[in-house]
Amino acid sequence: MTKETLCGDFYTNCFEADQEQEGRLIINMGPQHPSTHGVLRVIVEMEGEYITRAEPVIGYLHRMHEKMGEIKTYHQYMPNMGRVDYLHALAWNWGYIGSVEKLCQIEVPRRAEFIRVITCEMNRICSHLVWWGAYLLDLGAFTPIMYSFDDREMAVDLLQMVTGSRLTYCYYRFGGVRTDVTDAFIEGTRDFCKLMKRRLPMYKDLVTDNYILRKRCEEIGVLPLEMARRYGATGPVLRGSGQKYDVRRSEPYSVYPELDFEIPVFSECDAMSRYRVRVAEMEQSVRIIEQALDMLPQGDFMAPKAPKRIKPPKGDVYFAVEGGRGKIGVYIISDGSTTPYRLKLRSPSYSNLSLFAELARGTLLADAVSILGSLDLVIPEIDR
Amino acid sequence: MNLYGEIVEAIKGLYSLAVGMGVTGRYAFKPQVTVHYPRKTVDNIATYSGHVELLPGAKNPSGTDCIVCGTCARNCPSGCLDVQVLELMEENPDPEKKPKKIKKLNALMYDYSYCSLCGQCVENCPVTALGFSHHVYWAEFDRKDIKMDLVARLHEQLKTGKEA
Repeated sequence: MTKETLCGDFYTNCFEADQEQEGRLIINMGPQHPSTHGVLRVIVEMEGEYITRAEPVIGYLHRMHEKMGEIKTYHQYMPNMGRVDYLHALAWNWGYIGSVEKLCQIEVPRRAEFIRVITCEMNRICSHLVWWGAYLLDLGAFTPIMYSFDDREMAVDLLQMVTGSRLTYCYYRFGGVRTDVTDAFIEGTRDFCKLMKRRLPMYKDLVTDNYILRKRCEEIGVLPLEMARRYGATGPVLRGSGQKYDVRRSEPYSVYPELDFEIPVFSECDAMSRYRVRVAEMEQSVRIIEQALDMLPQGDFMAPKAPKRIKPPKGDVYFAVEGGRGKIGVYIISDGSTTPYRLKLRSPSYSNLSLFAELARGTLLADAVSILGSLDLVIPEIDR
Repeated sequence: MNLYGEIVEAIKGLYSLAVGMGVTGRYAFKPQVTVHYPRKTVDNIATYSGHVELLPGAKNPSGTDCIVCGTCARNCPSGCLDVQVLELMEENPDPEKKPKKIKKLNALMYDYSYCSLCGQCVENCPVTALGFSHHVYWAEFDRKDIKMDLVARLHEQLKTGKEA
């Protein structure tokens, strides 16, 4: 086949020209594919049913968040954070707000810290529930997403009560949170914790123990720890490879050191291990929420001296939080003006995706779908 | 794996499927949690913050408290608010002095297609003249139509006495 007869685009042509062999088939997974949860495109070279090469093509959802950070003031950049990772928006909120607070040395009241912990963990449960449903949907099980969305609906209603929105939250403010939590929210959250404690064993019966699921996940996509480290994987992907690394414990921020929770680690390194980490994390999040509700002090939800206009001193700051997908880092360089000189967002999905090319090599196409799902990618976060 | 092991695994696998089917069976007899959307609507949307609206003033119940400072438009990340000022000359009771110049809010043009509902305008308003509405099902076929004059909306609301 000559180059002129190729009808693919730039990426496909480069990919084909790279290694031309007879009997190989090149297919595109995406950008519009039901198993990629967004506009992720993976070019796959197949030999029969086996993948010989896979290459993710990203950039279909690039929205220049980092550039927007340079031209907007510190306050105006806040709503962008809810759009980077729409599933765990509050962690990104926290990452950005926390870094500016660290730069300007703004004190946060204790009540606000606890409200942040409660809402962020609620959001983490929502995020994992969506992943749980969507992953099983990828594997061909339709029913579980109905159960997970039923539970998520309750959590989202509760978050809507305090944040005013259902998905793209913009709730944290420099020196606190936007609105105080109500008694209805606290009662509702306690009920939600009770509900989740009932539902998680049901999830285990329905799905985790299921023979068909285990066959689709066990010993699929084995990611050795050394490889996960090499690609900079974080979050459940790294913990599923046996490394006990969680930003909430290793670089403690806020009131997490006062809370008692465990970091689930599974060392089978396969897709099932990553699955188990996320399900166990939901349990731990419920534990954190219950403790934080008991410890929630009275007081201000917003620092009285919080500045209306942010003009930080010269310097740079890095602040990391643990998101649903891994380590979220925000690096800000300030030149002393009202806008940052440079703003860098470290997104976990980007690192987690980069290992897919190596992980998918030599697997079946159907297993590649399972591997891609088990990485829990959120495409807007990859492109930013 | 020998034959015995395979038989045991098959039985265990079948048992796990039966347990899963049991869960499905139990839930089949529980009340329905979804609604048929166009025929029925959900009521959990009450706390949702809809688009930005002008609130009836505390000092001026028949209009707005807006002092036309433009803080909302300046703080908006997307520039979706446009404050249109009407400058009036008020007659001064003392005829020797110059007439006073007063500013009034003529129109507050709001472009919902750019708004990300972050609440910067609501928080920064010095007289709390802005708030979030409960008008959550606002949708249009054309992007050009998803704009409104908030002052006109407020007057309409005050005239009819109900939330639009």
